[in-house]
Amino acid sequence: MKRRAWYWLLIAPFVATLWPPFYNHADPALFGLPFFYWYQLLWVVLTSLLLWFVLLMTREPKDV
Amino acid sequence: MSSGTIIFLILVVGVTVMGFVAAGWGKANLQHFDEWALGGRRFGTLVSWFLLGGDLYTAYTFVAVPALIYGAGALGFFAVPYATIAYPVVFILLARFWTVAKKRGYITSADFVRDRYGDRALEIAIAITGVIAALPYIALQLIGMKTVFSQIGGAFGAGGGFVALGIAFVVLAAYTYNSGLRAPAMIAFVKDALIYITVIAAIVVIPAALGGWGHVFASAQAAMAARPVAPGTAPAGILLSPGMYFAYATMAFGSCLSLFIYPHSITSLLAAKSKFVIQRNAALLPAYSLLLGFLALLGFCALAAGIATKDPNAIVPMLFAKYFPDWFAGLANAAIVIGALVPAAIMAIGAANLLASNVFKEFSAQRPPGETRIAKYLTLAVCACALIFVVELPVQYAITLQLLGGAWMLQIFPAFAFGLYTRWFHPTALLLGWAAGMLTGSGMAYWTFRATGKFGSVFPLQLGSLKLIGFIALYALIANLAVAALATLAFNAAKASKGTDGTTAQDYAV
Repeated sequence: MKRRAWYWLLIAPFVATLWPPFYNHADPALFGLPFFYWYQLLWVVLTSLLLWFVLLMTREPKDV
Repeated sequence: MSSGTIIFLILVVGVTVMGFVAAGWGKANLQHFDEWALGGRRFGTLVSWFLLGGDLYTAYTFVAVPALIYGAGALGFFAVPYATIAYPVVFILLARFWTVAKKRGYITSADFVRDRYGDRALEIAIAITGVIAALPYIALQLIGMKTVFSQIGGAFGAGGGFVALGIAFVVLAAYTYNSGLRAPAMIAFVKDALIYITVIAAIVVIPAALGGWGHVFASAQAAMAARPVAPGTAPAGILLSPGMYFAYATMAFGSCLSLFIYPHSITSLLAAKSKFVIQRNAALLPAYSLLLGFLALLGFCALAAGIATKDPNAIVPMLFAKYFPDWFAGLANAAIVIGALVPAAIMAIGAANLLASNVFKEFSAQRPPGETRIAKYLTLAVCACALIFVVELPVQYAITLQLLGGAWMLQIFPAFAFGLYTRWFHPTALLLGWAAGMLTGSGMAYWTFRATGKFGSVFPLQLGSLKLIGFIALYALIANLAVAALATLAFNAAKASKGTDGTTAQDYAV
């Protein structure tokens, strides 16, 4: 049951992407991409890493 | 025949052969429902990754998202946060569903609802919602194929592409009938490889040819600013107008909740061999979302390249024709057609499972013999309905119904997703909530039709002096939950029986 506490980390992508005033800017641009676009693409990668981390922390030895 | 057409033909014929050969994969007895409909629930991480990627990121998605950006600017990018936050939902919710489904032998979402609530009417409502949401989705895949056929021209273009579509349809129905879920699982490898190759080439070559991303965004912004704007609305641009913040967030959130309760998603997820395979895939599938995000930006490339068309769905094929040699355009066309065949097959299987397992008779864990045969015949019927849809009705109907289907689909969320955690809701209250959600969603969509002349996915809700433009599906879900909660309190007060629960706490444990 204790391991499930790691699930709370998964709220982060929701907070980061569901409040557009955070990131609705053109600057700073990256490789010509306005902030709005690369910030959200970055969160695709961060969410993937976060899920992998939570998986490692919560997996049971018998999981295959 | 041009080199592009030859490459196209070789690839399409090749995957057709694969579709039939797939029946022999793993030497299974395909008369068994689990084997035909779910590939025996034996798919590991890699097969599941290709299958889910091939299923969720359809050819239509890859065509429609850039088209949305082309038309609506930054607002169309909501698909990216949507395809990001959907994965924590899979990781927690769908992994739990997989566990109980494996223990109790479910093949559909309605199987679970029937077992959990013991209510036949609720089971039918859930099943029918899935079927009507799946049909226009299949129709859109067929429309995507038809667009490619008519663009290739020659023999393919005969009768506006309908002749080639008819042949493709017969082939699709035949191998799905024959091989079940193994067919799209095997073809998905080819589909996804082709999609990765073409999309990566496109996002490297096209922006470079247009002078880099900085230039693409500046030209796209200028092109959108030059468009005539309807009075009272903000023009599209490369950033959101503040009035659309709420619409953007609610569209991303509402869509992420409904993605994995569609019948085709459930079918692919249940085919995984363990809960761990699903969780590992939740971490690995965002690779497709990244691809989708970059592909979406092709909508701005089309604006920067000065592509003008009445049919925004044609911009991706048009960009390929403009920037790539003929043989590569043939590869891209094959990617779209094969990319449509995979999800169409899974959607047909998912809808047929619901009809065979939940509508014609009620769910029984014994899986009486003959159920597989019924599901196989129903797959043919579902495909035929989708084909009639495409031939008989204008394209706009399929698009509108798919939009409405998204709002309808979300209305099974309380019974399905809340049901995975709590038995607090009364089954009849859930049915009332479902009805309220369906009516609210349809009503709001009809209101946008009356006000603007076309069905939309957002509705301007007036709360005092505050106008909230938000996603209709989510407004409908709120109405649904409110009714379900109030009705449950009323049933509890009246001490009404809650029905029987076939599951136990152990069924949800790992």
